Amino acid sequence: MIFRLAFGSLVARALTVVMTILAIALSVALFLGVEKVRTGAKASFADTISGTDLIVGARSGSVQLLLYSVFRIGNATNNLTWESYQDIAGRPEVDWIVPISLGDSHRQFRVMGTSKAFFDRYKYRSGQSLAVENGAIMDDLFDAVIGADVAATLNYKVDDPIVVAHGLASFIEHEDQPFRVSGVLEKTGTPVDRTVIVSLEAIEAIHVDWNSGARIPGQSTPAEMIRQMELEPKAVTAALVGVKSRLQVFGLQRAINEYPEEPLLAILPGVALQELWQIVGIAETALVAVSGMVVVTALIGMMAMIFSSLNERRREMAILRAMGATPLTIVGLLVLEAALMAAIGALMGLALLYLSLIVAQPAVDAAFGLWLPIDAPSTRELWVLLGVVAAGAIVSMIPAFRAYRMSLADGMMVRI
Amino acid sequence: MTADPAILLIKDVRYRWPGRTTFDIDIPDFSIVEGESVLLLGESGSGKSTLLSLICGTITAQSGSIIVSGTDIAALSPGQRDGFRAEQIGLIFQQFNLLPYASVMDNILLPLRFAPSRRARVPSPGETVRHLCRDLGLPEDIVAAQAGTLSVGQQQRVAAARALIGAPPLIIADEPTSALDAATQATFLKLLFAQAEVNGSTILMVSHDARLAEHFDRCVQMTDIVTSQQAAA
Repeated sequence: MIFRLAFGSLVARALTVVMTILAIALSVALFLGVEKVRTGAKASFADTISGTDLIVGARSGSVQLLLYSVFRIGNATNNLTWESYQDIAGRPEVDWIVPISLGDSHRQFRVMGTSKAFFDRYKYRSGQSLAVENGAIMDDLFDAVIGADVAATLNYKVDDPIVVAHGLASFIEHEDQPFRVSGVLEKTGTPVDRTVIVSLEAIEAIHVDWNSGARIPGQSTPAEMIRQMELEPKAVTAALVGVKSRLQVFGLQRAINEYPEEPLLAILPGVALQELWQIVGIAETALVAVSGMVVVTALIGMMAMIFSSLNERRREMAILRAMGATPLTIVGLLVLEAALMAAIGALMGLALLYLSLIVAQPAVDAAFGLWLPIDAPSTRELWVLLGVVAAGAIVSMIPAFRAYRMSLADGMMVRI
Repeated sequence: MTADPAILLIKDVRYRWPGRTTFDIDIPDFSIVEGESVLLLGESGSGKSTLLSLICGTITAQSGSIIVSGTDIAALSPGQRDGFRAEQIGLIFQQFNLLPYASVMDNILLPLRFAPSRRARVPSPGETVRHLCRDLGLPEDIVAAQAGTLSVGQQQRVAAARALIGAPPLIIADEPTSALDAATQATFLKLLFAQAEVNGSTILMVSHDARLAEHFDRCVQMTDIVTSQQAAA
């Protein structure tokens, strides 16, 4: 009956109660939403590369290597020579190796030279392979495969010409060796969507008339002649490596890191990601703290609402006291009401979150490549909801204590 | 004093509200026997409500004893006093008696929530509530209505039903008819007395309206039992 009375009392003050519950619901939805985006971003980053055991590049920082080789963020300080690449490829532990050559661009998109094996070996989002939506992967030396975002942004389709610019922020273009779009990849939600992929040989081909980063004056080798040339690269930016047995990963990593011919760095993508999270951890914590404070603010709002209602509810408390309710019962009633409001708010917040996810999931994926999964609430989320209810009950104890004192002083008589 | 056992016995009780320097109420001797109906008459500020709070145990006297159904209230802890009040006393206020958002059924059953012995005397609560409503002249289907939607007269009858349920030995009413017109007053008191008689309950009513005296076994003036130092101060 006490539960029914508490509920009835809330219904009787519907307007203020609904406002309070709405504030709690919005704050809970925000908090859980931030959590979803945070974990979704982590998962998206982690899903960007899967099935690759090691990433090898010139010695720098592990996070830097991860960022420029996989996420196309930042630049390599040095390259990995082709001899070293072949040495690593020839090691018995290596199952497969895919070279990555970065450095040129097309409009705002990076151009990546690689081998055809990239399309078989690169996996994302729990082992999914790249798929061509239109056209085919590179067949000719001057073929390019473009990511979904490149095609969408630049309105490119199969057979359209592409001229690659030298470097990342350069106005000098390799206009004498234009590429042809041979295929458009399906959307992946990874940096591949924003990449122009060409063959490793093509990267060499467009630099035939270049030396030390500058065009050789007066030299322009015809494309047909270039096709006949031996286009073996001298260096690549990085390499993705798969090992035959997971047990050999650390051994191979150590061997590459101690490679005597050249200072190299081999990283485990998962470990480097963890390091990255540690770096961005402060911002992440700040974001969670701010959303947490919003929840606290909503709960304080509820406390203020209970405080303001106390005076008008003295008669109600006096009736309960007259019927035999102890002051502690009055406290319990107020705490129960607060817990009820917090619980309804928390559940509404959860519902709001899922509604928002259903509506926003495709748009967020398209705009940011961020996949926000719509799963059943995690244990952590359930604890958050439980925490909100408990916090609601705790903050209500302050006005409840005042009600306790009032009901002791008033007894059955209310002098208002 | 009669030969019947006293349901209420007040001896040398003195009470002073916090912050006051003089005693607000000073009762040397007052008693009510079982089954009696007593009207306590007094002007506003004569200490009627303070006396009722003392009898109900929501406040405790600085000295003296108040014995209800053979139990000295002062000897009980605050929690025990709340339980004792729920078990032994049915209360009707002047007005605003009910929880407006709760149903009539929940309002009438409310004291049973805090009084296990009273609850034990009501084996079928729903049926008992409907009987009480009918006996007090209320339609049976009123039990589902929200208390706040009832007229003042209906609310007072519901309050009477709440005070009567579970047959507490003592019914205390604080000017329950002051908001009712003369005809409704008489009907209300008639129904209340009839039910109290069925239950064997004693009635103590306080009022400032001397015209109600004819309905009671005994009429007592507050000035006859209370020595107020406030007036002398």
